[in-house]
Amino acid sequence: MSGPSTYDPKTGIEKWLDARLPIIRLAHDSFVSYPTPRNLNYFWTFGAILTFCLVTQIVTGIVLAMHYVPSIDHAFASVQRIERDVPYGWLIQNIHAVGASMFFLAVYIHMFRGLYYGSYKAPREVLWILGCVIYLLMVGTAFLGYTLPWGQMSFWGATVITNILGAVPVVGEPIKQWLMGGFSIDNPTLNRFFSLHYLLPFVIFGVTILHVWALHVSGQNNPAGVDVKSADDTVPFTPYATVKDLFALAVFLLMFAVFVFYMPDALGHADNYIPGNPLVTPPEIVPEWYLLPFYAILRAITFNIGPIDSKLGGVIAMFGAIAVLFVLPWLDTSKVRSMRYRPWAQRFFLVFVVACFALGWCGGQNPAKAVYQAGDYSQVVTYKAADGTEATRTFAAHTPEELAIAVRAWEQDNPGAEGKAAAVVEPFKFTVETFSQLLTAYYFAFFLIILPVLGLRETPRRVPDTIAKAVLDGSKAAAE
Amino acid sequence: MKTILRALALTAALLAAPALTPAAHAAGEAKHPEKQAWSFQGPFGQYDQAAVRRGFVVYKQICSSCHGLKMLSYRNLGEAGGPFQAVAPKNWQLRGEEPVLGAPGHGKELVNAIDNPWVKAIAANYEVTEVDPNTGEDVTRPARPSDKFIYPYPNEGIGRAANGGAYPPDLSVIVKARHGGADYVYAFLTGFKDEPPKGVEVVEGKNYNPYFRGGWVAMANQLGIAEEAGVITYEDGTQATKQQMAKDVVTFLQWAADPKMAQRKSLGMQVMIYLLVLTALLYAAYKQVWRGQKH
Ligand code: HEC
Ligand code: HEM
Repeated sequence: MSGPSTYDPKTGIEKWLDARLPIIRLAHDSFVSYPTPRNLNYFWTFGAILTFCLVTQIVTGIVLAMHYVPSIDHAFASVQRIERDVPYGWLIQNIHAVGASMFFLAVYIHMFRGLYYGSYKAPREVLWILGCVIYLLMVGTAFLGYTLPWGQMSFWGATVITNILGAVPVVGEPIKQWLMGGFSIDNPTLNRFFSLHYLLPFVIFGVTILHVWALHVSGQNNPAGVDVKSADDTVPFTPYATVKDLFALAVFLLMFAVFVFYMPDALGHADNYIPGNPLVTPPEIVPEWYLLPFYAILRAITFNIGPIDSKLGGVIAMFGAIAVLFVLPWLDTSKVRSMRYRPWAQRFFLVFVVACFALGWCGGQNPAKAVYQAGDYSQVVTYKAADGTEATRTFAAHTPEELAIAVRAWEQDNPGAEGKAAAVVEPFKFTVETFSQLLTAYYFAFFLIILPVLGLRETPRRVPDTIAKAVLDGSKAAAE
Repeated sequence: MKTILRALALTAALLAAPALTPAAHAAGEAKHPEKQAWSFQGPFGQYDQAAVRRGFVVYKQICSSCHGLKMLSYRNLGEAGGPFQAVAPKNWQLRGEEPVLGAPGHGKELVNAIDNPWVKAIAANYEVTEVDPNTGEDVTRPARPSDKFIYPYPNEGIGRAANGGAYPPDLSVIVKARHGGADYVYAFLTGFKDEPPKGVEVVEGKNYNPYFRGGWVAMANQLGIAEEAGVITYEDGTQATKQQMAKDVVTFLQWAADPKMAQRKSLGMQVMIYLLVLTALLYAAYKQVWRGQKH
């Protein structure tokens, strides 16, 4: 794709180096003369933004690690010390904590971009799979990092996730013990989590290099999804893509800075400012926002499937939700890459994105909570009236707790009535649990049924012959 | 693509609204705290330092017998952005000048918190127990600005025993550790009720507070009691009502949890201006570079 190198070493030292280690040639071919499709939109700037995020996490992380103490007795206080006493420690800690969220925001946009424009299809399967590996590593890194401040959510999040791994048959229990370094979440766990949290970003860095290498072999996809056919279709990376990436990065940084300087805690959970305590279970245990959709899928499996109990079923569903991304290139049967020309795929994709958001919402809610409730809880109380006859009274309230209070209040007012309460009648409820199950079903159906079938049945719109033509058609449409 | 984006933005907004409000009030039946007007809110808000100083008095006289501030040292009170930060001309000690409370500027420099007379006086009220290296005996000395705030209990067991089994939480980051932040702590401190609503089961030895999760809390209505007994007399003449004391102590606790807020907001403003200019320049460069290129 990149074609023959156009690098022309001019000075003596460049020629000398080029004959020994053509590293400037590599950089020139990859980031200067590299041909990029001329029709790329802003969704293609997120790769550069992600690179920036990774470097930011590594740099701020290394500084944090100089001051952080990986010990269950001192971790919480050491993060506080970083925020209070280390010069600009508050800034570095905020950038690292907010940066994790920004990293995930960018990666999700990057992935949805790939989905919509069919960037996973031939010849970019390996590129896509490497991306999935990076995402998986990011999830692991973020989970490990979240345990480090050793707040209540750190401790209980680690407890829930290691327990989940324990549900895997045969190997689960040994893996769990090995991860925890014992039989419970304790100091050895924190030490190894810190060690791994330091290691994984560098693994991500390595896989990122492979990811970019694969990209430069197959070339970038583009909104039209048609291959580059002539030099008319492309512009050189520098200055065209460089300046666009920099502009997009600056806009991204503006949003990043608003969080770092004006609402550094908005994306976190208040309970993580309570030091971790094995004796007190928090009222709700939830991961950070970016893992909520997978948490919802995990909790959606509340039933046994044959020999698979609900707990293992949840684990399979959660990992399956990521695993399915790895095989996506072979699930989508459509010959047309970009969904821009696939009217039905477009609609199903839209529902898919909404389902992902909705799963995220479900992940943060109590599964028993009603999304919709038809009417009130009610209870009939039979009692002896003042004249000695039997009478009944019906109580109704929105929640069972309010109902119990209403009944008790009435009993206190009528001490001699000797009321007998019938069973509480529950209204019809559409719970978060049921909602998550429906959404989980759609999530998997999208990949396993809709994309395979649609590719065979759908009639796509006419795809332009070349990128240059797509651009001309686009500007004509805009002019009309 | 445009319609898709518009639909997505709408869904995101619809979903983000409930998702960002904590799930807490859904699970617990606690009352939602009302919003208060705080000096420190908003991108330009700063601590009302007089309120932080009054709040420190409330903490010292009432709360500190049960609640610690583990993460703070006395010196923090006199550091930049702290309630007792003081300024003086250069070499004030040699020139025999006195520091005054306030922020640096007009030829006056920040007084090192270790030399700050207010901080020294506050610390000297407390006693620190140390082990004498020569005899191995416990000895006491007056606290210094560099010492941590003295903790009310030597260990958790004693703390629990003194409070009917409940351990008063450390207050260093309490404002960050509760959904609703300052508004919650204010509502909690002023929300105690003598009687629970009819029908609510009474828990012996606890006090009813509708803002507290579960409704029954091991802490007494401290500010209500203090108001009645006239425990606090403010030096600046402010009336020490329950609401006033709550407002002041919460402002103090907010400062304690976020002492770098002033630095954060002022650097933030510079960074935002820098980024806005940079973004504008890059946009112009982008337009310039792509001029004449169809895309
Ligand atoms: C006599 C001891 C005592 C005093 C004095 C006291 N508290 Fe408490 N406080 C407690 C105890 C005990 C708890 C734990 C209550 C529980 O968990 O049921 C508590 C809990 C709290 C909480 C946490 C509530 C929650 O949401 O978990 C806050 C905030 C608080 N106190 C603030 C204060 C402030 C501010 C003062 C001073 C005005 C003060 N307290 C004075 C004993 C005290
Ligand atoms: C893929 C990149 C990374 C991600 C997604 C990530 C994510 C996180 C998260 C979510 C936290 C918890 C922050 C908080 O709640 O306060 C954290 C903490 C931490 N991380 Fe990272 N991190 C990354 C890279 C690194 C690197 C490369 C290092 C060190 C070399 C590092 C060192 C630390 C340390 C010391 C903490 C604990 C201090 C703190 O909580 O602020 N991180 N990380």
